[in-house]
Amino acid sequence: MSLSSIDATLLLASLIVAATPILLAALGELVVERAGVLNLGVEGMMITGAICGFAIAVQTGSPLVGFVAAAAGGAALALLFALLTQVALANQVASGLALTLFGLGLSALLGQGYVGIKPPPTARLDLGPLSDLPFVGRVLFSHDPVVYVALALVGAVWAFLKYSRAGLILRAVGENHDAAHALGYKVVRVRILAILFGGACAGLGGAYISLVRVPQWTEGMTSGAGWIALALVVFASWKAGRVLLGAWLFGGVTVLQLNLQAAGAAIPVEYLSMSPYLITIVVLVIMSFDKSRAPGSLGRIFHASQ
Amino acid sequence: MPRLERRPQPSARWTWLAPPLAVLVTMVAGGALFAALGENPFEAIRTIFWDPLFGEFAFYYRPQLLVKAAPLILIAIGLSLGFRAGIWNIGAEGQYIIGAITGAGAGLAFYPMEGWFIFPIMIVAGALGGFVWGMIPAILRARFGTNEILVSLMLVYVAEQLLAKMALGLLRNPEGRGFPGSRNLQHYPSAHNAELVANTGIHWGVVAALIAVIFAYVLLTRHLLGYQIKLAGQAPRAARFAGVNPARLVLICLGLSGALAGLAGMFEVAGPAGQITIDFNVGYGFTAIIVAFLGRLHPVGILLAGLLMALTYIGGEAASSTMQLPMAAIQIFQGMLLFFLLAVDVLTNYRVRARKTEVAP
Amino acid sequence: MSTTLLSISGLTKAYPGVKANDDVSFEVAAGEVHALLGENGAGKSTLVKMIYGLVKPDSGTMTLRGAPFAPSEPRAARAAGVAMVFQHFSLFDAMSVAENIALGMERPPRLRDLATRIRDVSEQYGLPLDPGRRVGDLSAGERQRVEIIRCLLQDPKLLIMDEPTSVLTPQEVEILFATLRKLTAEGVSILYISHKLEEIRALCDRATILRQGRKVASCAPATTTARVMAERMVGGAFQTPTRATRATGDIALDIRDLSLPPASAFGTALKNVSLAVRQGEILGIGGVAGNGQDELLAALSGERRSPDDALRLFGTPIGRLGPEARRKRGLLCAPEERLGHAASPDMSLTENAFLTAKDRERLTTRGFIGWRAARGFAEKIISSFDVRTPGPDTAARALSGGNLQKFVIGREMLQRPEVFVVNQPTWGVDAAAAAAIRQALLDLTAKGAAVICISQDLDELMEISDRFAALNEGRLSDIRPAQALSVEEIGLMMGGAQDMEVAHAPA
Repeated sequence: MSLSSIDATLLLASLIVAATPILLAALGELVVERAGVLNLGVEGMMITGAICGFAIAVQTGSPLVGFVAAAAGGAALALLFALLTQVALANQVASGLALTLFGLGLSALLGQGYVGIKPPPTARLDLGPLSDLPFVGRVLFSHDPVVYVALALVGAVWAFLKYSRAGLILRAVGENHDAAHALGYKVVRVRILAILFGGACAGLGGAYISLVRVPQWTEGMTSGAGWIALALVVFASWKAGRVLLGAWLFGGVTVLQLNLQAAGAAIPVEYLSMSPYLITIVVLVIMSFDKSRAPGSLGRIFHASQ
Repeated sequence: MPRLERRPQPSARWTWLAPPLAVLVTMVAGGALFAALGENPFEAIRTIFWDPLFGEFAFYYRPQLLVKAAPLILIAIGLSLGFRAGIWNIGAEGQYIIGAITGAGAGLAFYPMEGWFIFPIMIVAGALGGFVWGMIPAILRARFGTNEILVSLMLVYVAEQLLAKMALGLLRNPEGRGFPGSRNLQHYPSAHNAELVANTGIHWGVVAALIAVIFAYVLLTRHLLGYQIKLAGQAPRAARFAGVNPARLVLICLGLSGALAGLAGMFEVAGPAGQITIDFNVGYGFTAIIVAFLGRLHPVGILLAGLLMALTYIGGEAASSTMQLPMAAIQIFQGMLLFFLLAVDVLTNYRVRARKTEVAP
Repeated sequence: MSTTLLSISGLTKAYPGVKANDDVSFEVAAGEVHALLGENGAGKSTLVKMIYGLVKPDSGTMTLRGAPFAPSEPRAARAAGVAMVFQHFSLFDAMSVAENIALGMERPPRLRDLATRIRDVSEQYGLPLDPGRRVGDLSAGERQRVEIIRCLLQDPKLLIMDEPTSVLTPQEVEILFATLRKLTAEGVSILYISHKLEEIRALCDRATILRQGRKVASCAPATTTARVMAERMVGGAFQTPTRATRATGDIALDIRDLSLPPASAFGTALKNVSLAVRQGEILGIGGVAGNGQDELLAALSGERRSPDDALRLFGTPIGRLGPEARRKRGLLCAPEERLGHAASPDMSLTENAFLTAKDRERLTTRGFIGWRAARGFAEKIISSFDVRTPGPDTAARALSGGNLQKFVIGREMLQRPEVFVVNQPTWGVDAAAAAAIRQALLDLTAKGAAVICISQDLDELMEISDRFAALNEGRLSDIRPAQALSVEEIGLMMGGAQDMEVAHAPA
């Protein structure tokens, strides 16, 4: 094994790519959880987004249309979750699991004709001289647009939650839905919108895997990315900036273990492959010591009794 | 728009009516799905739900019913105890895999020796394997308060990698000409979980599932531990006030459900599957979540739901061979079942009322 | 008091099984303090929720300043100049004071400008408040200031206050009244909901009395006796508890230097709490909500463990024992929150009877539950404590608050406690049931039990306690004989020494 065969520039550049799907999904889930809803269906929405984006991109030849379709697909699945939990007042944990199981089946069905096809390539964004910079150009300024969309979204979500009136209301709903209701805010409406946003983000993240990162379609290809995104939100203590940090950490681990596999490291492939999941567990344990609070109404059913 | 109104207490009638209604609605929606796929919906529903039981080839399918239902019921019984207590083990698939590895490993360690004691040892090893895998999230939650949903789920992916490692490495059949996969336990009499009564599908796993159902029923209706499990799930503060130790309950529930899932994996690998292979697990651990909810977390309900879910598997296979209906459609069907059940469930706790005309603002 | 601000005519609102409001009519004049008086469940809350747009009336009309008024949501009510200070449920712990206030406004200014305005208004009305602090860290009185300032920033014409003094010390009540008088002098009307008669007599210009959803009387409180108002409110005479003279015995429960860190982010720490309670006496513990009452109960019930020697029951250390072991030794508790803490809402009364009684009533054999015996015990509670319910199979959440409270208290008392600790025994209970519960507490001590009664109702504590102490920010004041105490002294005990300055702040 030779670590020298691993190129640091390439490693960092692919780290950013590897981090993008879970970053998108985790940002969406962050907003959902700040609104007081726990949607465990991220994996299902991601894989649905992955196949919707893939299929539409192949059909239209346009990755852009594919990404839009992926967001719509993820949001459509999220709408089911919203109806179950906000209208039919079902248990959020069970509904989230149902969403994941359903999404995995749905994507497998939709994806039947698409196995082994190459999607249209997603062009890199030409940033002119920036892309030509040594090192930094390769690492930061030679990616596809979705990478920048994801990064911009980090800032947008952060500013939205911190400074905007709507963000304040969303946090209020997540913190104490009875109080928000007493002040006259539409708890259910806010939550449904947040859930849809979360679904669209998860869908985008899924499509990024099938259209850019892999790029092809295989059943179950998200392989737990949605769950890692959920863990990221906990890791980030429900703060947008820390989601980015966490996504890069996980992206780094993924890319590093893939590189080690390719470099023929002495560690068996299976152990390398399980490392991102093991590290997720370790991180979750470490974060258990952080006592910053989850949103007060997280996972609780809201029913305006009077 | 209709309005929901909380019932003073859960409706006993809807508790039992909701699952059949959910099944019915799923059949309608599923029929629509099959029609959209270009199949005759009535034929598809008949092929899935009727033919395996009463059709021409029922003699072949009926035993399969118990073979498929046994692991689902065994796992779901374990899960239901935790779910009732608000402890969410969703990594049964991983515990099932580990149980199969340790169970098969224990048996293969004796190969080619024969002896009556080998199978019981495998049973213990399988249960122990699942138990240990379940104890990882349990201890982390009890000790550090780590989220058991995410940890148990992550451990599924770890278990899958371990399975691959075992199939390619330690447990690989030395006489298998380099193909991945262990020796076939069906060809090792002392370790084979054989059919107990010919052509019924009844093997030791089925017996274990029935025992688990009875055990869970007695536990939940008559025993203090069952009461504490229900109390902790419905009113955690009241449970602590009563003197229930939440950490102990987490260990018991996750340990028990892990052990049962491990048992299911062991019975599967020693019987119907026969060997450890890379793709040994087929998602029973996840389907069992649906079974647990569909059965209302009640042992008898789980028994029925397990049989129904097994039927969709078998009927789905039949439909995929005779009608070329994709297996994914069956997966969707199962997912829809859980969806509709959760949706219909609202009627158990709430009453739907027509909204009175509002006073104009 | 010339012009009418709000006029209500024939308001009716029905919920399944109850008519919350039945043809209620009254008027609020500009610049007056109008009291809305009634027992729990008399329909006061529903009525003000209709005025505030949270609930829509089935029939009836309202006019505000002569114009028809039918707010479809609180936003509309606020726009029309109606503001409300809630008793519960309207603050966000994890957010700052300024953010909380911004949430209650239609068009809040930027947070920085808002902070300045908060400071201005809080000084103007003598309600000191730091806009940057997290609400979860504030005391109950400060939390109420947040709500009041939130309302004042919108220049309301009508301010609705729902039981505002239930979370205040007597000195803080004086500050609040001064603020309210200042507001009425500026022309603001106040609709003041309460069941405390003396404070209504001190503050209000007129009173409307509700009973079982109907308006039963209106009067001028200053010229009506408390007794008359009480009888109209309750609908007849009611008996006050009687106590037999009793001799106190040995020390039953001894707490020495009990300190516990807060259990949650916004919890209260217990600091060096020491007390001793003797057989045959009632120790009353007063204090404003959120000053460590729940924590003290949890430390006594065994939900939270403490150093072994900090708690002694008849001389034996019990600090490290869990709830079951303490019950076996005769220390029984009844927490404040009935649904979800003292009882499991979805379980039947039989199952709830089993909850704490399994050992003392011997309801299990080798881990198996004797449901028939448990049911028998539930029936015994129902009949001895006059719990109105169809039977022991009813779910706990189907009972009214008062009936469930009788069930919970009965469950513990019938187990013959040696020491009984109860938090808020009569909160949300109607007057007759409350009197019955107080009588039961007195009877228990007559049989030689020691009782610790934690309550925010000072009248209740003065009525039944032999000795009195108050909790303030997790510290327990000195314990004094209850008979000799004046309201002034009680207030100082409740406020702790550090709140003296607030009490003397310019109002």
